[in-house]
Amino acid sequence: MNAEKLYEKLLENIRQRQAGSFELAGLAMGGAWIAERLARDLGLPRFGVINVAFHRDDYAEKGMTALRTASTMPTNLPFDVNAANIILIDDVLLTGRTVRAALNELFDFGRPAQVELMVLADRGKRELPVAANFVGEKVQVPDHQILVLEKDAAGKFSFQLEERAE
Amino acid sequence: MNAAHKEASQFVNQFNAAGELTHLLTLEGLPKEQILHILDTTQQFVSVTDPSREVRKVPLLRGKSVFNLFFENSTRTRTTFEIAAKRLSADVINLDISTSSTAKGESLLDTIDNLVAMQADIFVVRHNVSRAPIEIANHVPPHVHVVNAGDGSHQHPTQGLLDMYTMRHFKQDFRGLKVAIIGDVVHSRVAKSNIHALTTLGCEEIRVIGPESLLPSDLDMLGVKVFHSMEEGLQGVDVVMTLRIQKERMEVGQVPEGDAFFKQYGLTSSRLALAKPDAIVMHPGPMNRGVEIDSVVADGPQSVILNQVTFGIAVRMAVMSILASN
Repeated sequence: MNAEKLYEKLLENIRQRQAGSFELAGLAMGGAWIAERLARDLGLPRFGVINVAFHRDDYAEKGMTALRTASTMPTNLPFDVNAANIILIDDVLLTGRTVRAALNELFDFGRPAQVELMVLADRGKRELPVAANFVGEKVQVPDHQILVLEKDAAGKFSFQLEERAE
Repeated sequence: MNAAHKEASQFVNQFNAAGELTHLLTLEGLPKEQILHILDTTQQFVSVTDPSREVRKVPLLRGKSVFNLFFENSTRTRTTFEIAAKRLSADVINLDISTSSTAKGESLLDTIDNLVAMQADIFVVRHNVSRAPIEIANHVPPHVHVVNAGDGSHQHPTQGLLDMYTMRHFKQDFRGLKVAIIGDVVHSRVAKSNIHALTTLGCEEIRVIGPESLLPSDLDMLGVKVFHSMEEGLQGVDVVMTLRIQKERMEVGQVPEGDAFFKQYGLTSSRLALAKPDAIVMHPGPMNRGVEIDSVVADGPQSVILNQVTFGIAVRMAVMSILASN
């Protein structure tokens, strides 16, 4: 899994779209990094950030503590969500639960015309009827591991495999 | 209640067996990491009131019941707790204690038992007796959470946290920060909560300014610098916090009568000029204009008093959502 190559592939895919016909909204934190870099590489004036904390379905189990890393990156959508074509961006797609929460958060800001989904890596194993429109690569990762996107000082992406904490 | 039992019931434990915050009773001894987690979570909840968000409500406490138990008057605190709980989608029940069973002689803990039987999830407690919320917290079953909304002259932790959030918002960092707290410190639970939190967060210098009769005797122990003159105490500070003169908690003669207090300790423009030029002015409310603060200062460009009120909602949302998940 070369995250840089997957990023380049997504960048080429989205170049086919006419600038100004869509808005980017990245999920904190990894998806927001991707959205920020796409906006820069495509010369777009803005990108949005979505924090799913308020709509997670595991709040009762994990609570706010599970969100410490993302807690300093609140939702910020610097465009009118109403009637917009929005591309949601996340680093890894697995169960689909985060995407469900992101849609709820997005709809608290208005009623978009269309929402599409872009992910660097698709692990399969969906628990909700969610599919991505743009996929960097379909990957196989054992259930006991998590795939974590990292960004180095130069802004380059890489994937790390970590053991799932239980 | 015998002495040993009473002592046990007053033991402050805000944490559950897993070490998570389950009640918020005091800022004394609350670890820095916990305070920063609450402040960071608050930052997220501030975004819930962003004008671009059409739905200014989130579903975290859907199906939970928050009971506001105010045994002492409050407008600001009770209202902001109610707004906070409603923005979290909780059901809010406000108990008017003066017309409730306690007026008919029911004991405090019997009242609590009945409300627990009504499936209360969170109690927000304001009481004129210090440590009453601690007694309630030690009594309720583990799934019920208690937030101290001000107890006697002991603590007012959510006010302390919203003051920390306000200072961080305007001043970014507590290192190098000089804070002056003015006036009726001895009766002020707000001052105590602030001093504990500022100390934990590494504030460079905490000063109190006031007449000897209004300052507690144990301040040196807390590392606080004591001043009896505004002209000396305000020199070069970043934050000026004035407190309400709490006449209802005083004995006759404890405070200079009439406008004598204002003459010595009132925050006026000329005194504020002794602080740093970008110093902020805070007040926990309710304000006595012309007693502890001049209207020109209260309504002036350095005043962040109404920002404190707005941030108070997000702080209380953060506290309730963190407690309810632990």
